[in-house]
Amino acid sequence: MNIKNKIKITVNGKQMQIIPKFSLKSLITKLNMPINKIAIELNKKIIDKKRISKIQLKKGDKIEIVHFIGGG
Amino acid sequence: MIDNKFKIANKIFKSRLIVGTGKYKSFSECAKAIKTSGADIVTVAVRRVNISNKNKARLMDFIDPKKITYLPNTAGCFTAEDAIRTLRLAREIGGWKLVKLEVLGDKRNLFPEMIETLRSTELLTKEGFKVMVYCNDDPLMAKRLENAGAVAIMPLAAPIGSGLGIQNKVNIKIIRKQTKLPLIIDAGIGQASDATIAMELGCDGVLINTAIAKAKNPFQMAEAMKLAVISGRKSFLSGRINPNLFGSASTTNKGII
Repeated sequence: MNIKNKIKITVNGKQMQIIPKFSLKSLITKLNMPINKIAIELNKKIIDKKRISKIQLKKGDKIEIVHFIGGG
Repeated sequence: MIDNKFKIANKIFKSRLIVGTGKYKSFSECAKAIKTSGADIVTVAVRRVNISNKNKARLMDFIDPKKITYLPNTAGCFTAEDAIRTLRLAREIGGWKLVKLEVLGDKRNLFPEMIETLRSTELLTKEGFKVMVYCNDDPLMAKRLENAGAVAIMPLAAPIGSGLGIQNKVNIKIIRKQTKLPLIIDAGIGQASDATIAMELGCDGVLINTAIAKAKNPFQMAEAMKLAVISGRKSFLSGRINPNLFGSASTTNKGII
């Protein structure tokens, strides 16, 4: 794949490059995230985890992936 | 007096001690301290996952949310919008509806921003959340939170993490008198006697993080807090004697030689 065909997205504040037609599910799999322990926001909208295979990522998308950490 | 069950939003909990999971040296230390404390509710925070280190340990791998109730918090939120966004994400992770709302107004003393806290309580309650609210020890605001649908009132004893103990016993007593909601001291506990005093004031529970996590021996402190809460509750229910300025001999003078 030519690098020019790649699209830029932002995941947790960091820029990433993906190939076109890359799904949100593919991203979660690529990042090795356990789906039952995270929540996902796409452009500030919470995504139903059951639907992630149907969502194709677009240029400039901002994704937040969160989980629980220690807190008071 | 027979003890009532510790009930929050119609769910009964065994322990009146709620513990935080922050500030521990490791997740395994945290998990061991929680076990020793006997707590069946733990507070947790929502943050970004580390995408550069995929193998980093996760809290949920050490503390099983099926065995202990996770209480997601809104630590670090300064507006109602931030708090709602955070708790919607927490709900999405695994269906959590019982939450701890904490909207701060000042980075230095970590006091709650009560106007935003009240607004958040109303909005979250409308969305179906069961909101336990970190708040100031102000009886009027506590009443407003109750009217807005809070399921527990959680006034501070002193600033978060300060370990100063209960600074305003009178206000805590007034709030106790006016509400039937669970009243839980949240923040400011430093040592076991502080937890006992909270319970002797009639509080339903105590939430502790720093005092256990940063103690030299967190496991021993976790046990001390567990016993302190039990002790304070029993003391409260037993009906203390009236304080008296003068002495009253424990031994009768009858038969004195």
